[in-house]
Amino acid sequence: MPDLLLELFSEEIPARMQGKAADDLKRLLTDGLVEAGLTYASAGAFATPRRLVLTVEGLTDASPTTTEERRGPKVGAPDKAIEGFLRGAGVAREDLVEREEKKGAFYFAQVTTEGRPAADIIADLVPGVIRNFPWPKSMRWGSGSLRWVRPLQSILCILSDEAGVEVVPIEVDGFTSGNTTEGHRFMAPGRFAVSSFADYETKLRAAKVVLSAEARAETIWHDATTMAFAAGLEVVEDKGLLAEVAGLVEWPVVLMGDIGEDFLGLPAEVLQTSMREHQKFFSVRNPATGRIERFITVANRETADQGATIIAGNAKVLSARLADAKFFWDNDLRIARDGMGTWREGLKNVTFERRLGTQAERVERIAALAREIAPMVGADPTAAETAARIAKADLNSEMVYEFPELQGVMGKYYVLEAGLDPDIAAVAEEHYAPLGPTDDVPTGPLSIAVALADKLDLLTGFWAIDEKPTGSKDPFALRRAALGVTRIVEANGLRLSLDRFFDAQLVRHKGALIEDVQNDEVLDLLREIADHGVFGAAFRAVKDARGKASNGLEEMASQVPDKSDDLLAFFHDRLKVHLRSENIRHDVIDAALSKPPTDDLTLVVARARALQAFLDTPDGENLIQGYKRSANILAQAEEKDGVEYRFGADAKFAETDEERALFAALEAANTAITPAMADERFADAMTAMAKLRAPIDAFFEAVQVNADNDIVRRNRLNLLHDITQTCGAIADLTRIEG
Amino acid sequence: MADPTTPRSFQEIILRLQSYWAEKGCAIMQPYDMEVGAGTFHPATTLRSLGSNHWAAAYVQPSRRPTDGRYGENPNRLQHYYQYQVLIKPSPPDLQDLYLGSLRAIGIDTDIHDIRFVEDDWESPTLGAWGLGWEVWCDGMEVSQFTYFQQVGGHDCHPVSGELTYGLERLAMYVLGIDHVMDMPFNDPDAPIALKYGDVFRQTEEEYSRHNFDVATTETLLKHFEDAESECKHILDQAADDPKTDKRIIMAHPAYDQAIKASHVFNLLDARGVISVTERQAYIGRVRALTKMCADAFVQTEAGGADAA
Repeated sequence: MPDLLLELFSEEIPARMQGKAADDLKRLLTDGLVEAGLTYASAGAFATPRRLVLTVEGLTDASPTTTEERRGPKVGAPDKAIEGFLRGAGVAREDLVEREEKKGAFYFAQVTTEGRPAADIIADLVPGVIRNFPWPKSMRWGSGSLRWVRPLQSILCILSDEAGVEVVPIEVDGFTSGNTTEGHRFMAPGRFAVSSFADYETKLRAAKVVLSAEARAETIWHDATTMAFAAGLEVVEDKGLLAEVAGLVEWPVVLMGDIGEDFLGLPAEVLQTSMREHQKFFSVRNPATGRIERFITVANRETADQGATIIAGNAKVLSARLADAKFFWDNDLRIARDGMGTWREGLKNVTFERRLGTQAERVERIAALAREIAPMVGADPTAAETAARIAKADLNSEMVYEFPELQGVMGKYYVLEAGLDPDIAAVAEEHYAPLGPTDDVPTGPLSIAVALADKLDLLTGFWAIDEKPTGSKDPFALRRAALGVTRIVEANGLRLSLDRFFDAQLVRHKGALIEDVQNDEVLDLLREIADHGVFGAAFRAVKDARGKASNGLEEMASQVPDKSDDLLAFFHDRLKVHLRSENIRHDVIDAALSKPPTDDLTLVVARARALQAFLDTPDGENLIQGYKRSANILAQAEEKDGVEYRFGADAKFAETDEERALFAALEAANTAITPAMADERFADAMTAMAKLRAPIDAFFEAVQVNADNDIVRRNRLNLLHDITQTCGAIADLTRIEG
Repeated sequence: MADPTTPRSFQEIILRLQSYWAEKGCAIMQPYDMEVGAGTFHPATTLRSLGSNHWAAAYVQPSRRPTDGRYGENPNRLQHYYQYQVLIKPSPPDLQDLYLGSLRAIGIDTDIHDIRFVEDDWESPTLGAWGLGWEVWCDGMEVSQFTYFQQVGGHDCHPVSGELTYGLERLAMYVLGIDHVMDMPFNDPDAPIALKYGDVFRQTEEEYSRHNFDVATTETLLKHFEDAESECKHILDQAADDPKTDKRIIMAHPAYDQAIKASHVFNLLDARGVISVTERQAYIGRVRALTKMCADAFVQTEAGGADAA
């Protein structure tokens, strides 16, 4: 049972690609080996900046010889057909046997596939894996046509067992495999031969290369935390940076340096961002003060001077960077203390989107919407408007120009510096949240109002200009915005009629987009419309009061309701994706969405959760069957009879105990369900409904619905209708699949 | 091989790079005599990276980035600076080692410094060009760009050129241990007339900063842009066969000069702050269209690898 070792040695592989590349190499190669008939005991893959490595242990020596019977043409078929079959099967005419099948006599051939040595299989497999490797970006070099992430330099491929080691001969685009590799570029130049994976790993380590990325990351983290601890400090955890840095070095050496005294007053976020983004430094914090005081860098080598030159160089580069940052910060603070007027003015010159106007116009729309949302979320409307107006001012600050990822964070500092309330300052930072599916959502009323207004303005804007996400294309992150709204509403238990805000904001967008409605009188009209809950009715009322509207207004009236509905449907789709993580099925959400209002997401979610919880019980599943049976029999009867059975089920026509019991159970259920639904106690409603399961099952067990007596039959059909009504109170159960 | 001593001046670093790359077989070319934003714009790189002919050139290129002007006050930023550029086609298999040799040649001891190749994909929207490579870090400082050209002027590069770009001032300040560019010795500090970088360039930085930001007449610049654009098209619209000499003369280089001109005028307009975000994209697209036409023309020529007709 030999072991395989494959190393693809190249110029520096981008850190962010290494992990996936190792996984891909393992998957593609082992899949190929198994497909070719080999088996193996275990496999592992590794990546360093300069190599991708695969080790496969306990590989079978050769693939097994296999024999299969293949059916050929009918006996008596034209010679050409028979010859073709012989060629394909690789057998001679005399090897064919004839056999009678159902459809007549056919020729059959025994086709034997000879087993192949593992080395041959690998030699065939590897070039294809190299040529078709799924790098996110690949390139050519020199005069060759091969593509790799950066120029490939050598291929090591050996099979080894107790008997010895053989090079698997691989040829791809002028490269031939061997049994040698290189160590660390600077600390151990020169090639050496290896005889097994264990030998490879040992010799690499001696040549100053740690093969495993996890081991490199562990060393870095261990050394960094130890070094910081020894100085009475702590390293700011940053898993993404740790993984990246581990991909930038083959021989990690952790070094700690000082941040110049002049820069210690910069906000911690600025120091961290500058050090991480530009220099890939870890931040080292004083736990007593929370201040970032030092940096940790990870070099790729040991030096005779214990890294003194490297630290000094890095500290100097950092000083230059931070001098820039401090220059921006000092300039920004001056403008912040002046109330940020020039920044807000400057937003008029920043295009947000060609058709949707400038950032200043967007800010005004957000402020108007935030004002409307505020009372619904317990915020003061005027404060919400003020906060919205100032929340994006930092986009024009020098610091955010330099570090776009600090938008909002800087805003918070600058708003405080301008002398405004901390609540309003918090809005600058929090109104962008949540960005990812696991980010915290804002919980302060002002932040909620502006965060919702920000996202709803974005969504309605792109809906107004028909730029909805399609397939994988979502350049304006509209899906993220919709999910953000959903999560803010859900986490805060907000009861909002979103539809109303869609309408209001679509009117604002359309008002700006449609030229002949851009005058003051019409804008007044629009405000009136926006203040009403239902756009269509309000629009008609306003139009009637004002006489004939302009063409632009008519256009708006015809488009806004459709776009608003479409946007709500988009929210529902996102909700399904979102609730999938809770194992709430899409059909359950469809059922919950069958009852209005569907724009109150908190209600929709509560209903869907209760329904899913109910369906997860045996009672729930059975009740659905009883419900569907009732609905089916009823529908068939109505179809056949051409009448609707909707009213007048009466217990006095009941003939059996089971029937009477069902009448009683339905009445009891309704008595419990109606108030529970009114109070939105969906779980209670479900519990009441669950009690119907036994009576309904017993009813179908004992009673023939389509009785001969027409009065009895009609009564039973009406009773079925009552079942569907009671069970359908919370959601349309016909939507439930299965 | 490498001179073990530390260089003493800006010019010594340039001279050492020149002799190093000359020794490695590059044609040492002179700067292109036009205003460009980077060494890549030199036709010895842009045009010569196209087509199948082999090529090896190295040169200093004065480069201008009007928006980076700081009146000579910023320790690192200049509107006029120097790049050292190496282009070898096809890229040799030991290009990384050759590059490291050049660092040793200018006095960077790779045994005590931490040299790293950090992913950096290069793209020039105005040249319609992109490549993959790295920025090279020395103790955390970017000292060079290292790129394998994949496409230039919209054409796939076959063979692929390896391009090295050194930001000379920054690199030299690092090697010489200087904190402010204007304090850097330009010639030898012990020369009878010792000159610092500031003696040569402080005043020009001031003059050009004022000019670029506040004085350059935008109407004139806009007209220059249009003129360069139409001249470029006019040149390329000519029939390949020259009626006077009866030779086939495709004027790729004169046309490319106009593309360079348009690009620089665009940079000046940008510094004047008169180009909005959306217009910006449109201008870049127009320059790219010119470069692409020039590249299309160049590959029809002998230097561009077309079979001699």
